[in-house]
Amino acid sequence: MTSTSHRPGSSASPLTGRAARARPGGSPDRKGDPQPPARGRIAGDGFWPWLFVSPLVAGISVFYFWPVLQTAFYSLTDWGVFGGWTFAGVENYVALFADPSLYLSLGNTLLYTAIVLLGIPIAVYLASLLNLPGLRFAGLYRVLFFLPYVAMPTAVAMVWRVIFNGDFGLLNHALALVGIDGPYWISTPGAATVAVAIVGLWSSLGFSLIVLAAGLKNIPPEMYEAAELDGASRSRQFRSITVPLLTPSIFFVTIVTVISSFQVFDLLYAILGSSNPVLPRSMSLVYFFYREGFVTNDKGYAAAIAMVIFLIIGIVTAVQFRLQKRWVQSD
Amino acid sequence: MTDRTTFVSTRNAGAVPAPAAGRGVPATTPRAGRPRRGRRGGNHVVAHIVLGFGGLIMAFPFLWQIIMSLSTNIEVQSVTPVFWPAELQWDNYVRVFERLPFFSQLQTSIAVTVIRTVAQIFFCTLAGYAFARMRFRGRGVLLALVLSILMVPSQVYLLSQYQLVQGFGLLDSLAGLVLPGLFSAFGTFLMRTAFLAMPAELEEAARLDGANPFQIFWKVMLPLARPTISVLAITTVLWSWNELLWPLVVTTFSDRMPLSAGLATLIGDRTTDYPVVMAASLLAMAPVLIMFIVLQRRVIDGLASSGLK
Repeated sequence: MTSTSHRPGSSASPLTGRAARARPGGSPDRKGDPQPPARGRIAGDGFWPWLFVSPLVAGISVFYFWPVLQTAFYSLTDWGVFGGWTFAGVENYVALFADPSLYLSLGNTLLYTAIVLLGIPIAVYLASLLNLPGLRFAGLYRVLFFLPYVAMPTAVAMVWRVIFNGDFGLLNHALALVGIDGPYWISTPGAATVAVAIVGLWSSLGFSLIVLAAGLKNIPPEMYEAAELDGASRSRQFRSITVPLLTPSIFFVTIVTVISSFQVFDLLYAILGSSNPVLPRSMSLVYFFYREGFVTNDKGYAAAIAMVIFLIIGIVTAVQFRLQKRWVQSD
Repeated sequence: MTDRTTFVSTRNAGAVPAPAAGRGVPATTPRAGRPRRGRRGGNHVVAHIVLGFGGLIMAFPFLWQIIMSLSTNIEVQSVTPVFWPAELQWDNYVRVFERLPFFSQLQTSIAVTVIRTVAQIFFCTLAGYAFARMRFRGRGVLLALVLSILMVPSQVYLLSQYQLVQGFGLLDSLAGLVLPGLFSAFGTFLMRTAFLAMPAELEEAARLDGANPFQIFWKVMLPLARPTISVLAITTVLWSWNELLWPLVVTTFSDRMPLSAGLATLIGDRTTDYPVVMAASLLAMAPVLIMFIVLQRRVIDGLASSGLK
């Protein structure tokens, strides 16, 4: 909690937390009899922990844990149009991997993610500006950049739909000024994904920015002072101090951005609109899941898509943690 | 001024001046003296240009939305952009209430957000405290069960959550909208981390005074966890207010929807009344944006430290 640089580790908290958790009760409790109050604690806690924990554990079990198991099972079943199901083995997965929609939506999701990731280098640069000592209006800038992150995606999608409008949108108007004939963003495959990704970049930039700015605060100012005395230029300081020491925060922001980008739905749904004819060619993985599960109503197939999304995110995250050692500086 | 507060409020940054001051005069002189001033001079102009221009781009869609909400539909759809309406059409805001069951959607949004936030704070602090501070059989297993959910993307449990709510006959109801969101694995993790970091002495003292575990939790530990509770509250409010997918699947009647899903019903009309859509969007976002602007520092620092949406 104290510093940003800790947080990459917190995703692996079940491991790190375990060690810390043993401490509070640990040593005094072990000794038993010689320390009555401590002993009283273990025995005396009695039913209390259960009282504390059971409402949440019950809720999580019923509404999260059980559904995960059920979805895993559903992915192996076939659902009739009028309800009822039969066991289908890996049929859904076989059909899914032969379905062009999977690769199309995966491709769109990857394109979306790649564009949104471009926000991270921008955020690193902006954060370094925002942390200049004695910068005025820093608070105002933080608010401006963060505003899109807290705004309701469906509501901001409404303006962006108009900005991207092919006939009267501001974007194409601006492009026309420099002699570019802009496409019909919302109704052209490819362009539609790019349009949604631009909005995704716009809305997530503020989050990366504040996490990175918090990370920058942990770099001791003495390092810059020393570099300055050695005659290092600003850009040299940026490359040799700021970026390397910020890598833990950059890593964290990358993980979070990739995970959330792989699950893009709200913006896509609200910008493109559910009746958009281009949607089958511009959908994301989660939209594909939504369509099969709640529009076409093919629960078994949708469950298989959900499991594949889970798998892809798991693999991508694991790979990032692996590669972390190559570029993230730890002290 | 603002920068200074940031500097103090970040715990690690606060630690920095201490060693510097310890070194006495030689350490402080270069900081106040020339080199720093030199850094200040030229660079801030560039910084203000870049940040100012960037900030304008970030804020522009909101400004444009406000302008469009006060224009006529013809002005919005004009091929040469109209940057300021000939006459401000305040009337568009009145028409929002004709186009959408806005008040019932607003009520739903508020109810969903408040209920979820209160419930999550209640359930997650209790469980987080027990997982951090109490010893009992099966703690490791139960904790693993809760934390494993953190790794699962929401689509994986969405289908079955829908079926559960359908099975309870709660589609299109407030209870159905709220239900799975009453519990949060993330919130439990967050609160547990906060309680783990607290000193054991206070608990010991309270125990010696004869307080029972609930009293210790309620009177001693909970007040100490207030900063983290506000982080949990902020994340829950934002998520609850803005969320689209769940309301979209559990509600079908527009007067039962919260604002996020209600707005989505306005998309795709062939004859879109743009100004009214913009006005409705602004009204729907306003409560959260106002909350953010009022509590800006707390929201920003809170989300920066929670690290998750």
